[in-house]
Amino acid sequence: MITYENVAKIFGSGPEAVTAIKNISFEIEKGNLVIFLGPSGCGKTTLLRLTNRLITLTRGTITVNGQDVMKADPVKLRQSMGYAIQQIGLFPNKTIADNISTVPRLLGWDRKKIQERVGELLAMVQLEPAAFRDRFPAELSGGQQQRIGVARCLAANPDILLMDEPFGAIDPINREEIQNEFLRLQRKLKKTIAFVTHDIHEAIKMGDKIAIFQDGNLVQYDKPEIILAQPKNQYIADFVGADRALKVLGLLRVEEVMDRNPSNVVDGKTSANEALKFLEDKGFRHLVVLRGGKAVGYIHPRQLKYETSPVQDLAIAYPVRVDEDMALRDVISFMLMHDMRVLAVMDGDGNFAGTVTYDQIQKRILEMYAGEDEKKPAKDQE
Amino acid sequence: MEVIHFMVNNAARCFQLTLEHLWIVGVACTLAILIGVPIGVAITRSKSLASKVLNTANIFMTTPSIALFGIMIPILSPLGYGLGQVPAIVALVLYSQLPIIRNTYVAIMNVPPELVDAGKGLGMSSWRRLREVEIPLAVPVIIAGLRTAAVMSIGIAAIAAYIGAGGLGVLIQQGIGRAYAPMILSGAILVSVLAIFVDGFMALLERLVTPKGIKVGRRMRHG
Repeated sequence: MITYENVAKIFGSGPEAVTAIKNISFEIEKGNLVIFLGPSGCGKTTLLRLTNRLITLTRGTITVNGQDVMKADPVKLRQSMGYAIQQIGLFPNKTIADNISTVPRLLGWDRKKIQERVGELLAMVQLEPAAFRDRFPAELSGGQQQRIGVARCLAANPDILLMDEPFGAIDPINREEIQNEFLRLQRKLKKTIAFVTHDIHEAIKMGDKIAIFQDGNLVQYDKPEIILAQPKNQYIADFVGADRALKVLGLLRVEEVMDRNPSNVVDGKTSANEALKFLEDKGFRHLVVLRGGKAVGYIHPRQLKYETSPVQDLAIAYPVRVDEDMALRDVISFMLMHDMRVLAVMDGDGNFAGTVTYDQIQKRILEMYAGEDEKKPAKDQE
Repeated sequence: MEVIHFMVNNAARCFQLTLEHLWIVGVACTLAILIGVPIGVAITRSKSLASKVLNTANIFMTTPSIALFGIMIPILSPLGYGLGQVPAIVALVLYSQLPIIRNTYVAIMNVPPELVDAGKGLGMSSWRRLREVEIPLAVPVIIAGLRTAAVMSIGIAAIAAYIGAGGLGVLIQQGIGRAYAPMILSGAILVSVLAIFVDGFMALLERLVTPKGIKVGRRMRHG
């Protein structure tokens, strides 16, 4: 856990003094990944560097796991936290193994333990240990180097990681991949992370919570979906972008809106006339056709007219597979592409789990944005 | 022809003087590096100190050698070392300070800031950073400074014959005294050959001390 209490940082003194951080208080709960977000010069990196005393605090208190950082030995303090930066900063004269084991060596681990740990970490960041251990940073691609940077910051298994745009130096495709890998790791490792970025997409994707800074102030500190749905002021609304409804859809999963017991379902062996009658009685516009618990497709009344065969032979297969944990943004995208307002959802075993409709998605979005005046505004930390 | 004749006839003496020359330069360079590198590292911590130290070293470097040898005499005489190898070595150490201090300083200041930041942020003490990162990266540049200093010292040491330090300058000095050109030329040629040889050796050394990771990086960049 990291707490910031009335933290202020002033660079320089006298008339040239620059206030980088005015008066910030909030806390990062244990096991959370908190994003420090804002444009350059907003104080996010300064706050990160105050945390491990790369910069000295002017006023206020920062505690890490209950310990006041200003009372700690700076070298020991830094060794107890992982540190990764945008420029990566791998030591070019050292092998990958030596780079990764920087902190364990500082802590005096024995050689065998270090070797094992290096192998473990390389595997963790998806690089073949035998192939990379003895190579030098210059022989690695940017993406591989960034992975080594992450491995190095995890090396001594610290509870707390400080990361300053750790994936900032790589191309978008590799970045996407390394972000996903890192999230997968984080779900397992549950580190307490302060993560600086200026990229709103990265913030929404990675953050358990987002702290948005402006001119040295903390403007809003909330879960990503709340920041998107209820930006506290125009500054944040502008920062998160006009497409914030779409960004919210990127955070919501199918399982949150899907209908698990739709009534417009028909067994595949049903004959066309019966199905048509069922449709017309209930007033449905279409039916989902099931066979053995799996959705084989859908049918409209016009396909059933003058037909006698079982509906499973007439059904039109769904053009895409929708899983319960899929982001609603992807689902909306499918709906737009295939001109469909309803899609069948499958569970982990590929069995029919329910349906998701355009109307349900829209309703959910409206609820979130309508909540702006009803729901209590998100708890602020001034 | 006469020059070769002279060298062959005085081979033992030439060889002995060459060794003497090499000894003076070698001792001077060793001392210079032992003094210059720590100073170069120390001044990276303070900008104002750095400019003062570099300016002082500059003054020594621009003093004409014959004048510096002259100044050595009254300063070292009370200690009993006014003439001979000691003042020569002291002067050469002073001359060598600029290239060594400056190269050390520049090399360490040029260590990429992100390496310093990463080192600090991971909890390396400044001593540890110096030992594991900054010095290894600076060593090739420091050796390049030593190379300049050594080659320059070989030339200056020839003049030290005038304060009785011995070395190949003796051939030149005595040759001038006797107005015997082959002797002067022999001295000059041997000094030049020695300089070329030492320069080559230093180039080799420079390559040897370059960290492998850096060499790999250079190879990758140049295809």
